[in-house]
Amino acid sequence: MDETVGEYIRRTVLKIPRNEIKMILQKWGFLSEAQLQTLNFHQIKDNISQEVVQLCEENSADIKQAATLDIIYNHVYQNKRMWSVYQMKKSGEELEYFDITDFKKKFKRRLRSTLKNVTITFKEYEDNAIWIRVAWGTPYKKPNQYKPSYVVYHSQTPYVFISASVLKSNLPLLCQALIVASNYHDIREMELRSHSLNSLKDIVFKRYSQNFQTYSPKPLQGENVEPENADIRIVHENRSEKERIHRLNQEVFGSGPQPKLEFAQYRLETMFKSDPKMDVLDKKEPFRCLVKFSSPHLLESLKSLAPAGMADAPLSPLLTCIPHKARNYFRIREKKGLYPESFVSP
Amino acid sequence: HLASSLPLPSERDHLRPRIDLIVFMIDITSKYSLKNVETSLAYVDASFFLGKVCFLVTGVGRVNACSIETNAVCKLGDTYCSPVLFCELELEGTRIATAQRLVRMLGICAGHIRGVSALSFVSLMRKSDDD
Repeated sequence: MDETVGEYIRRTVLKIPRNEIKMILQKWGFLSEAQLQTLNFHQIKDNISQEVVQLCEENSADIKQAATLDIIYNHVYQNKRMWSVYQMKKSGEELEYFDITDFKKKFKRRLRSTLKNVTITFKEYEDNAIWIRVAWGTPYKKPNQYKPSYVVYHSQTPYVFISASVLKSNLPLLCQALIVASNYHDIREMELRSHSLNSLKDIVFKRYSQNFQTYSPKPLQGENVEPENADIRIVHENRSEKERIHRLNQEVFGSGPQPKLEFAQYRLETMFKSDPKMDVLDKKEPFRCLVKFSSPHLLESLKSLAPAGMADAPLSPLLTCIPHKARNYFRIREKKGLYPESFVSP
Repeated sequence: HLASSLPLPSERDHLRPRIDLIVFMIDITSKYSLKNVETSLAYVDASFFLGKVCFLVTGVGRVNACSIETNAVCKLGDTYCSPVLFCELELEGTRIATAQRLVRMLGICAGHIRGVSALSFVSLMRKSDDD
């Protein structure tokens, strides 16, 4: 077994929390159950990883298996990475039957025709997701296994989720290979990024609970406005206001859990409006300003602003449109005619 | 009675008893809270400011999250001749102590304590170097 492969496996195992190493190795399936039994998972991780490498040596692991272990690690801990969403466009309306083998062949061929030194690994999961791992090299250097890019493609959809490596220059190549392999003719990056891959999928596949303008039942469900009605000595004067806020919130956000985003960024390119007598910025240039909202769970916190009394309801549509428009990066320009803000299409 | 802002909804006027004490709660982490209180003050009848209004600033335990300067609140108290109390609702000790103070003040404002009226608060508010 190549030393570099062993070292790579060792470092991958070290990244896993100790009580989950066994589970991940079992998912990997490269070491037999008997071999796994010989491992002592109660020692320090350093020793565990050494033992794993020894077993891999016995089984003559190569880079392919090591790459598969890496994909499994990243699939389990997918929320550690930052994911961007890309949308592909078809030229015509032809619904072609998706053949996974054909896809893989075309993808590899396209990448390898431009760059010989790449490691390409595929893994399919039950939810129709194809995970692709690409380690990049140069014409003169072997692929750098420690900075790969990951692509998640759901074959029945035009969406691709990419967690690019630091080597951004390979991104166009990756996109090219994707559209060739999947028979699309164009790909564009959406202004949507997050650590939570599932939330990104929820947003673009419209899997989160949206409120439809049909009959909405009266709030008989336990989701009541004020659960502290226990003490009858407390009289809430603004009950109707509270209910109005609750209703508005339900209309905007729906009643289910929100997709998990960590930030929303607004790039303002608007003119600074001040009292003309103050004579500020008389050059009439756009005032460049970046507003960034960050939160462990941005949409839930926006949803709780009005009920918590921290903001007026309804919230600004700039904030509430995030899941519907499937974007959390905005560029706001001056008011022009009918439209209050124009969003730049990337 | 709890209200999130003034004026109080008129549809409940007939259900409301006499108001003896108004406590304006300001969350020190929210500028919105201070603004809300400032706009609500305009709806309070002038007679209440003779000792029947009090400002309660909450969240003072969270030093890192202060959005309002205590100077601004103290100035508010001075402008309206009303006491300003500070408290941290998350801590049981100060919460209970503050509640007891408020109940005591309420008792005085409602006229339950002989010999002391709400006007006494106003005289207590005057600084010693004013005399």
